[in-house]
Amino acid sequence: MVYPAQFKYTKDHEWMDLSGDRAKVGITDYAQQQLGDVVYVELPAVGTALKAGQSFGTIESVKAVSEIYAPVSGEVVEVNSALKGSPEVINQDPHGAWLIVLKLANPAEAGTLLEASQYAALVK
Amino acid sequence: MDQASASPFKKTPLYARHCASGARMVPFGGWEMPLEYSGIADEHMAVRERAGLFDVSHMGEIEIAGKQALDAVQRVSCNDAARLQVGQAQYSGLLTPDGTYVDDLLVYRLASQHFLLVVNASHIAADYAHIASRIGSVGDAVAVDASSRYALLAVQGPSAAQLLQTLTGVDLGSLAYYGFAHGEVASVRATISRTGYTGEDGFEIFVAPQSADRLWLAITRAGQGVGLLPCGLGARDTLRLEAAMRLHGSDIDESTTALEAGLGWTVGWHKPDFVGAEALRKQKAEGVRRKLAGFELVDAGIARPGCEVYVGNDKVGAVTSGTRTPFLKKSIGMVYLPAELARPGIEIEVDIRGRRARAVVVPMPFYPKRAPAVRAEP
Repeated sequence: MVYPAQFKYTKDHEWMDLSGDRAKVGITDYAQQQLGDVVYVELPAVGTALKAGQSFGTIESVKAVSEIYAPVSGEVVEVNSALKGSPEVINQDPHGAWLIVLKLANPAEAGTLLEASQYAALVK
Repeated sequence: MDQASASPFKKTPLYARHCASGARMVPFGGWEMPLEYSGIADEHMAVRERAGLFDVSHMGEIEIAGKQALDAVQRVSCNDAARLQVGQAQYSGLLTPDGTYVDDLLVYRLASQHFLLVVNASHIAADYAHIASRIGSVGDAVAVDASSRYALLAVQGPSAAQLLQTLTGVDLGSLAYYGFAHGEVASVRATISRTGYTGEDGFEIFVAPQSADRLWLAITRAGQGVGLLPCGLGARDTLRLEAAMRLHGSDIDESTTALEAGLGWTVGWHKPDFVGAEALRKQKAEGVRRKLAGFELVDAGIARPGCEVYVGNDKVGAVTSGTRTPFLKKSIGMVYLPAELARPGIEIEVDIRGRRARAVVVPMPFYPKRAPAVRAEP
């Protein structure tokens, strides 16, 4: 599996696609494989303030209910509500299916995340 | 795999075979069993579309024999064993005096006064104690826990008969549903019964433990042409749920009667006295107050065992079994509801981690059982 080079990654298997002070957040291909078929996603309200590492929702599959954690601190400015009706998109296109868009509180935090090669080594 | 290391769990004769096949092993009812090999969904679909092979050697076998063996079986098993010909089996229950479940089981008539009771793995000792304590007063029948003498493999699916026929001289085409026959499978002495826990046509094969591995390999090879997959307990559970087959410990137990569980058809109402008869007859006359119902989620999510079920603001029950199943691709489950609500079309809500998901009562089975071509009336 190729992990997009332009993304940053967390040890909890989230990816972040940073553009200026905005970042899309999703879960990695490794995460969706471990979960199995996703049947339900619980996401926060727009406006929610998050600290880095704080849980912002859950992804439910047949196997388990997993928390999802904010890679960096920020405010939720967009939520992908289309996932409510089609949660399976997370399995089909994990690196395209974004969950939330964060407005970063502190852009320097992005530097603490993993690069694609580091994340790939982690889940090998 | 270090098999010499101490494990508190029992192992079937196929333990090494499962490990070598890459199965994910888990503890179950005191046994170390395969949960899955290639994945629950894969295995489930193999059984629905082609064939699957299961190791169910952990199940218990209790034999009852003697001049009054039939009377003894009639006393402890709620179904009417007198209706069984030699070579026939029936689904039944071992009940408490309250008409609730000690265990569910299959009763096989091996000979006029010789019966084989196949019981759940986690309950063998309890079942044996229950049986032994109640048949002492019935003539000279004796019960023996013969579990260690049997290994049990199940081949299930639309291609099961075709692939198994290549391994045996027993004419499977004329083996009726719930019938059984003795013969050889892959040159191994066996008893083949046309039974299963999947909702598909299929067979359960009883062999001596030392022959189990040879039989497993032979079936695996014969099954390559039809796409047979080894299947674990995970798929066993999703398959039986779609077929609405009850699971003891989840859907039926010592708190649920045969009538409440929708299993009144397994009760020999006209039999002379049996354990639980009085309580069941009373309940039948008064009307049952709650019933096991099947439901399907309307909203997204999965209703798991233990989730509370509501109608309006009233909590009316809790999910006994529930998951999203690979063939139907729906979230289904079972719950005991007040009798008047246990009707298809009734709308309920399931509490899933604080969220109320809408659901609707549906008829069971969720997946129509595919009975084989030849049926007998047991």
